[in-house]
Amino acid sequence: MKVAPETREALTALMADYAMAIDEDRLEDWIELFAADCDYRIVTRENVEQGLPNVLMWCDNRDMLRDRVESYRHVNEYNPHYDRHVLGPLRFTGESDGVWSFELSYGLFQTSLEGESRLFSVGRYRVEAALSNDAAALKRVLVIADTGLVPSLLATPI
Amino acid sequence: MFSNRCSHRGAMIARTLRGNTDRHVCLYHRWCYSSAGELTGLPFRKGLKGEGGMPEDFDMQAVSPQRLRVANCHGMLFGTFSARAEPIEAYLGEFGTGMIRRFFSRPIRILGYSRQRIAGNWKLYAENLRDTYHASLLHEFFVTYGVDRATQKGGVKMDARHRHNMNHAYAASDSQEDAKAAYAETAARLDRMRLRDPKLLKFHNEFPDGMNLAAPTFFPNALLIQINNTLGTRQIRPKGPGEHEVFQTLFAYVDDDEAMIRHRLLSANLVGPAGLVSMEDGEAIEVVQKATRSAPDACAVVEMGGRGEVRDLAHRVTETPIRGFWSYWAELMGVEPEGAIR
Repeated sequence: MKVAPETREALTALMADYAMAIDEDRLEDWIELFAADCDYRIVTRENVEQGLPNVLMWCDNRDMLRDRVESYRHVNEYNPHYDRHVLGPLRFTGESDGVWSFELSYGLFQTSLEGESRLFSVGRYRVEAALSNDAAALKRVLVIADTGLVPSLLATPI
Repeated sequence: MFSNRCSHRGAMIARTLRGNTDRHVCLYHRWCYSSAGELTGLPFRKGLKGEGGMPEDFDMQAVSPQRLRVANCHGMLFGTFSARAEPIEAYLGEFGTGMIRRFFSRPIRILGYSRQRIAGNWKLYAENLRDTYHASLLHEFFVTYGVDRATQKGGVKMDARHRHNMNHAYAASDSQEDAKAAYAETAARLDRMRLRDPKLLKFHNEFPDGMNLAAPTFFPNALLIQINNTLGTRQIRPKGPGEHEVFQTLFAYVDDDEAMIRHRLLSANLVGPAGLVSMEDGEAIEVVQKATRSAPDACAVVEMGGRGEVRDLAHRVTETPIRGFWSYWAELMGVEPEGAIR
C-alpha cells in the first residue's frame, strides 16, 4: 500500500516511542500513547491459527491499561528485568477516516539484573492508529506472539 | 492412546500438535500404525527380490508402541502407564469425581490455550497448588482488590489418601474490617487502591455451591481451576529435573451468550502466565529452585496448619496438603520412612 512519507514517518515514530517507553520502564508514558477507547491484546499464534479467542492480556480501554500498570507497580511480584524491543518496518494494510492499519514484526529480549539476556518473545503487532495533524494515538494494538511458550512469566507489556 | 515413539528407531511418529487421522506413519522409514497404536505395516518387510527384509519370525504385534490405559471421567480424560493403578473413580474418590462433574455439568467450548515454562522442578508447582497459605500473601492482587482473602469462608479438602486436594473459597464471605485486621501491612492499600475499571472482578455465581474460587488438584499433575468466572484445566508437564511447562486450557459453556464469553475472556487477565493473580507463581518457584539447589541436604519447614494427622480444614491458614502430597509420593517411590503419616 502506498503511503505518504510523512505518514510513514509519523507512525514509525509512534511505534519507536511505544517500544522505548516500555524498554525504559516508562509505562505511564506508554499508556499516554493510547486513545481512551483503545483495545490492547496479547494473544498467541497457536490460538489465532485455530480461531480461538483466548488472551494472555486484554485491556479494552485505557483505564484497564492504567489498572494493569498500577498493579505491576504496587501489587504484583515478578522477575526483575530489562526489556529491549527490536522493531521491523511498518507494512500498511489500510486507512479509513484517518485511522491507519499496519503491522510490524518485533523481537523482545529480556535481560536479568546480572546482565544475562534471553529472547523473551517474537511475533508481530497489528495496529490501528489515528493520525491527525501532528497527533497520533493508538486505537488498537493486537500483539500476536509466535512465542506461545512464555518463559517464566509475562509481567510487562509487549 | 499410545506413546508417540516409533518402535523401530524411536522417532516421534506424530509431529503436529493436533488433528485427526486414522493412521500414523513415521517419517523416517515409513512404519505405519493404526489409530489404536498397532504396527500395521512397514516397507521392505519381505525384502527386495529375495534380499534383505525383516527376519521370518518378526512379530508386528510384539513391537507395537507402549499403550496407555485411558479413562474418561465426565469428559475429562486420564491416562496411565501403570497396569496396577486403581479404576479412575476409586483413584479420584467421591471428592474428585464430584468436582469434575461440577465443572463439566454443561457441554463446554474451548476458548484457547496458554503455556508457561518455569525453571523449577515440577513438584514445586504441585506443592504450590497445595499451599493455600501463600495464595493471599504472594498474590497480593487477591487481597488488595478483594478477590480472595484468607478471611473469606473456605478451606482445604483432600481425598482419603491425601494425594489430591482442593483449595476453595466462597465469594463475599468476609468483611472489609476482617480483612484490614488480618492484613495489617496492606490495610492502607485496601482503602487507597481501586481498579478504575473493575469489570474483570465481577462474579456471576454459576454453581449451586456458591464458590468463587475452586482448584481441585489431582495427583500427580492435573487440576481444574475456577477463579470467579474463568474456568480451566492445567497440566504440569515436566521437562527435565529443573524445568516444567504449565499448559492451561480455558473453556466456556456452549450455552454461554456473547456477553458471558467476553466476561470470561476479560477475566482471563487473572490467570495464566500474565495473570494478575498467578504470574507470581512462576517467580516464586524459580527462586525456590535457584536457592534450594545450592543446599541439597537442607530441610523445609512445613508446619503451617499443625503437625501430625493430615486432614481437611475449614480454613486456609495451612499448608497441610503439601504433607499429603509428599506422603503419597514417598509411598509410590518406595522411600516412605518408618512411622510415616499417610
